[in-house]
This record gives sequence, C-alpha cells and structure tokens, in this order.
Amino acid sequence: MVTTSFTPVTSLVGGAMIGLAAVLLMWATGRIAGVSGIAVRLFPPYEDREFAGRLAFVAGLVVAPVLVWLVTGSLPTQTIAAGPAVLIIGGLLTGFGSVWGSGCTSGHGVCGLSRLSVRSLVATMTFMAAGMATVFVMRHWS
Amino acid sequence: MAILVQFAIGLIFGMGLIVSGMSNPAKVLNFLDVGGIPAGTWDASLAFVMAGAVAVTFIGFRRVLKLARPFFADRFYLPTRRDIDPRIVTGPAIFGIGWGLAGFCPGPALTALGYGSVSAFIFVAAMCAGMLLARFTAHLPSLTRFVAPADPLET
Repeated sequence: MVTTSFTPVTSLVGGAMIGLAAVLLMWATGRIAGVSGIAVRLFPPYEDREFAGRLAFVAGLVVAPVLVWLVTGSLPTQTIAAGPAVLIIGGLLTGFGSVWGSGCTSGHGVCGLSRLSVRSLVATMTFMAAGMATVFVMRHWS
Repeated sequence: MAILVQFAIGLIFGMGLIVSGMSNPAKVLNFLDVGGIPAGTWDASLAFVMAGAVAVTFIGFRRVLKLARPFFADRFYLPTRRDIDPRIVTGPAIFGIGWGLAGFCPGPALTALGYGSVSAFIFVAAMCAGMLLARFTAHLPSLTRFVAPADPLET
C-alpha cells in the first residue's frame, strides 16, 4: 500500500475546477457533466447529434495531463497498484455499474447532489459504501 | 465553436481531476480505506474535492438554470426521474466495487489515458466493454417490461 499525504487545499481547488466545468457545460450545452453518460454515448446507436461535442469533451479530459505537464513542467504522481486482472475486473464493474445506475461520481456525485436529487443521493451513498466495503475487504481481510 | 468550447470544458474538468488528486488511484483508495483511520493512513482529501465541486456546481447551476436557454442549445436537458428503482441501487453498488478494486472512476480513468499509462488503457478498454454490456442488457426485451420507459441512461 502506498501512503498519500492529506492535501485539503489543492483538493478543494481541483474540486472547484471540476464544479466550474460542470457549470460551464450546463451553460453551453444544457447537459449534465456525467462522464459515464458522455462516454457510453460515444458508441452507437446514436440518439442525438451531440457526438462531436461529447468526443471533444472526452478529448479534453485525455489531453488535460499533457497541458498540465506543458504548463508546470511536471505531472502529479499517479500510482496504479492494481495488476491487469484487477484492472480488467474493476473496469468491467465500473463501466457496467455506472451505466446501469445512470451515472458515476460526476453525474450523481457532483451534478446530482448539486441539484438536490434524491436518486443521486441514494446512488452516491451506495457507491461510496460499496467502494469503502471493497477496499476494507481487500486490505483488511486478506 | 461549440465543439471547441466543449473541448476546453473537458480540459478544465481533467485539470481539476489532476490538481485535486482524484486522478491518482492510490489517493482514491486511501480515501475509501476507512479501515486505515486507526493507523493514520486514511486520506480525507477526496471529501474536499467533493465539497469544492458540489459548492461551485450548486451555486453555478442555480444561476445558469435561470437563463432562458443554454448558449449553444435550444433547451436544458435535465434528468426528470424521481423514482427509487432497484437499478439506482444495484448500478452504483456494482460501480462502487469496481471503484474500490482499481481506484478509478470513469472521469479519472479517461484522464489517466493522457498519462500514457498502459494500466489506464487496460482499465478503460474493460470499462467501455462494461458500459456497452449494461446498455445492451438494459435494452433486452425481457428487462424493458420491468423498467420505466424513460431513458435508461439518464442520471
């Protein structure tokens, strides 16, 4: 296990940037900044004509580290401890569950809670609890 | 123009994920590890990410939604469902297990692609497969009888 340091200030600032992006997307396109919803709609069948905009948003997410690296000359550490098997199982569950439950951390956690949606509150409490339970089992039961 | 703006918004979102530490799975897992509180390894940072994001979005949405329409669209597309169906619990429960296993949720996983990490590519490929499987399953005739006719992908 890799220990990480408590970073309240940068986390608050970064969180505010995520919030700003969610507000800007609502202002520009009138849509919820839910990454799982945006990502799954990149695949056919298409229900509307927003494909290019969604692709541009996802491209922005992917290019962001490059921009941070160009501006600051370095990138914050990223430690991925999981091996290929855990990554595949984790990825499958994350993808399936987020679409099955109509949203992930951004759609339910950020946008939904901000709209005082009860469905999103239920979803957010559930994935937080499931995430905590999973880490507990993985780290403290084995 | 609208496309360029959405690219810029994605950039801001992604930079927020990086600056906040959300894009680092080790930090996410240490936040979810409440069992680490006695040992002092619990990292409470992500609660601050959530607080910052929700505070800005809460205030921002109230202002934006007072506008007659979005800048590049005819109307606002807001989720309308209010019912607590089984899927609003089972979906997040499954997602939460995946999140707790690898430390990635969808946004940070996509941003991690830009780090050029092979692990992120493996995770994102599996995640896309899972997403498509969920969408396919949701549209199976045997299931749609039990699901409300609203958009199954709506937040």
